[in-house]
Amino acid sequence: MTSPASTEPVPPQLSAGPRPAQGPAADEGLARRLRALACTAPLHDLDVRKANLAGEYSTYAMAEVALAAIDLVTLNMDFDTGADHEQVLARLLPRVAAQAPRRPAAEHERVARWVLENLINVGSVDRGFRAVYGTFGADGAYVRRDYDFKLLEEVPGYGGSVYLRTTDEAVNVLVGALDTDVTSAQIAAEVKLEVLISRGRLADAQLAAEQARYRTVQYAETLRKTLEATRRNVRAVDWLSGVPDMIDEALDHVADRYRHENAILTNIRKARDEADDQEHKRRAAELVDIVKDCIRRHTQLQSRLLEAGPLFRAEQDRQAFAQPAARSGLDLYGQLLAPLLPLPVEQATRATDAFFAHGAGLRTPASVRVGDLVELLLTPPVEREHLGAEMPEPDLIATPDDSRFSEEQLAAATELLTLEYDAPRRLSGLLAEARRRAPGTELPYLVALLAVHAASPPVGTAYRQGEERLLFAVDDGTELDDPEFGGADLILGTALLDAAGMAADRTDPV
Amino acid sequence: MSDHHAEPADAWSEPEAVAQHAPAAGQGGVTPADAADAARLVSFGLQPKLLPARDAEYADLLRRYREEPAFARLADAVATGLGLIVLEVSPRAGMAVTASEDSVFAVRMGDYARRAATDSADRFLHGLAHLAVAAMAFPRPEDLADDGYIGRITVNGVEAFVRQACRRLEERAEEQGENTDPATDAPGLEAAWRVYHRRSSTGVTKDARRLAGSTTGIIGKAVAFLTDSGFLQRTGDEGGGSYRTTARYQLQVRDMAGSAAMAELLDLGVVPVGDGTATLLPPEGEDAELVADAGLPFHG
Repeated sequence: MTSPASTEPVPPQLSAGPRPAQGPAADEGLARRLRALACTAPLHDLDVRKANLAGEYSTYAMAEVALAAIDLVTLNMDFDTGADHEQVLARLLPRVAAQAPRRPAAEHERVARWVLENLINVGSVDRGFRAVYGTFGADGAYVRRDYDFKLLEEVPGYGGSVYLRTTDEAVNVLVGALDTDVTSAQIAAEVKLEVLISRGRLADAQLAAEQARYRTVQYAETLRKTLEATRRNVRAVDWLSGVPDMIDEALDHVADRYRHENAILTNIRKARDEADDQEHKRRAAELVDIVKDCIRRHTQLQSRLLEAGPLFRAEQDRQAFAQPAARSGLDLYGQLLAPLLPLPVEQATRATDAFFAHGAGLRTPASVRVGDLVELLLTPPVEREHLGAEMPEPDLIATPDDSRFSEEQLAAATELLTLEYDAPRRLSGLLAEARRRAPGTELPYLVALLAVHAASPPVGTAYRQGEERLLFAVDDGTELDDPEFGGADLILGTALLDAAGMAADRTDPV
Repeated sequence: MSDHHAEPADAWSEPEAVAQHAPAAGQGGVTPADAADAARLVSFGLQPKLLPARDAEYADLLRRYREEPAFARLADAVATGLGLIVLEVSPRAGMAVTASEDSVFAVRMGDYARRAATDSADRFLHGLAHLAVAAMAFPRPEDLADDGYIGRITVNGVEAFVRQACRRLEERAEEQGENTDPATDAPGLEAAWRVYHRRSSTGVTKDARRLAGSTTGIIGKAVAFLTDSGFLQRTGDEGGGSYRTTARYQLQVRDMAGSAAMAELLDLGVVPVGDGTATLLPPEGEDAELVADAGLPFHG
């Protein structure tokens, strides 16, 4: 840190000390930059410390792996949970392996795990980092301060599992835009994207799209936190105007982004389809994926926003119409917890200690007699029944096979209905053949049943499963002349599905 | 309570109590059998998870306490002699006693959590966890005052609630342009919320257990301890474990812990202003921040 040069004509080295800082305002900017710088320190630190690891790890670029890990966690962060630890590791491995392809896979995993653990900073009880920096206070005194931050944090997920999330600090380090407004940065990124695409500069467009996605994730994160707070704030929240305004604003934002991103999507799709250059095509396809992901995240955000209103009203009802209390009590939050949190920890501990001492209840001290103890220690342990109680033999009753049609009948019917694609048949003919094959059985019923089913063939399912043939039935108005069945004499045929074409289409549902 | 304590009491009281307690109370004289009964009632009170509704003898002694003033005085005296404070004697709470400060029954922070004895941050966090559990269990002053109220909490709910309150303080400090990073050589002056804020909320240890030093771990410990104290009852596993409060907990918080902590705050010169009512109206201006999180815990 350099102090600004003194404007006084006195020789600086002899002066009693020109004011070293220009005041708190200038110092604050410096402090902010120092903190930003501190956020990158753990990454540099990885490359420095790899020399201390047992083994030859200098080939690995640890900072690169770390940045990739933060990238992965950010992109896999969902609205509710975070990124799965093992999943992040698995996706990190190819990059680590590429850095040292001749090393064993176990070592790659060790490196990936080491980087991830260091980003969480597993060794410390806070699981965070601390940097020390100095500022000048208002009175000109130099104060050293601790700056605590985290890059990856572990958050609880459903069912007690633990997920990873990137902190705001990490996202800022990653995106490289420190201290910027989320909303405006997102708009800027998207405008840039549109311009880039219209000028056909796809390489830059991808970068901008990725930035837009980071912003989207960050925005979703901000709103998630706000909504979480909103849920608890029933009593104190300004439900008349404040909250609805906030929700409206967010909904507007989502609608706006949705429109924007759909427009971009259409444009890139066009760019992708019209591009001749294979590289351009590939990049545009990647871009489509990114923007689709953005849209998915916005949709998720929107559904959350819509849930907020009913949730509020339910809580409001529950409280507003409750019986007024006969006497008033202590407001534990408002009068104890809230005033206590801003206090210096030394003082706050006095109050929490008092609460604990009087609030934890009582414990009956354990006391044993020596006689009991000896007896207890000498008693052989009770033999545990490892297998538990004997299970009664289950009384099984064979359920009668009550299917109307047998397997053989199904096979026969399927065989009957396996038609050549260019030779459709009428139902009446099929029924006659079924009667000839198995006279007196239920086979004709089964054939008729399958034929009726084919009148509405499961095209979607066949399409998804990539099947090549599909039985269908068409009614051309001819009536069925049959002793057992009535209705239309359906024409049954087999349609050949274009499996390859479908597979190509599937990737791009319009 | 060990069985050795209980057995002689039984031997004393069972045959004679029925025959003698009526005349003894009437005449004001105290027989050894009365003393044994009183001590037996206190010993029931020392088993906080025991419910009067589930134990006929306990219920009988409770009735006797409520109907015979002389017996009640005797039981109170036994409790006081043991270093106990009687909070309430009622069918719902039983003989609700708690330890006075220097009694052998008192819980000490150092025994509760070993790290808390040496690490001031841990000490604070453990105490804060207990306070936060109470604040979430009884979010409104009415809830604490209302004898019929049953609070419901989850471990994750409490954790998120405190974290949110801390984040608000951080945001406010940022708005005011305060530099809240503590001075390196004076850790005791660090704002309390920062200590909580920088502790991670959860984590896995290398042997795939939950991290005990995380805030979720600390709150989980508090809740488990309170359950052992007969203050909470576990109702399910959702949200890291869900619990409901018992009558004893309400008494303990209302009559003991709340006022003790309040006295400390007043002693520090912090005078929390409260008009005794939790208003449903949106508060105005800056005060909104203070009570912003005082909302009810959200159920379901």
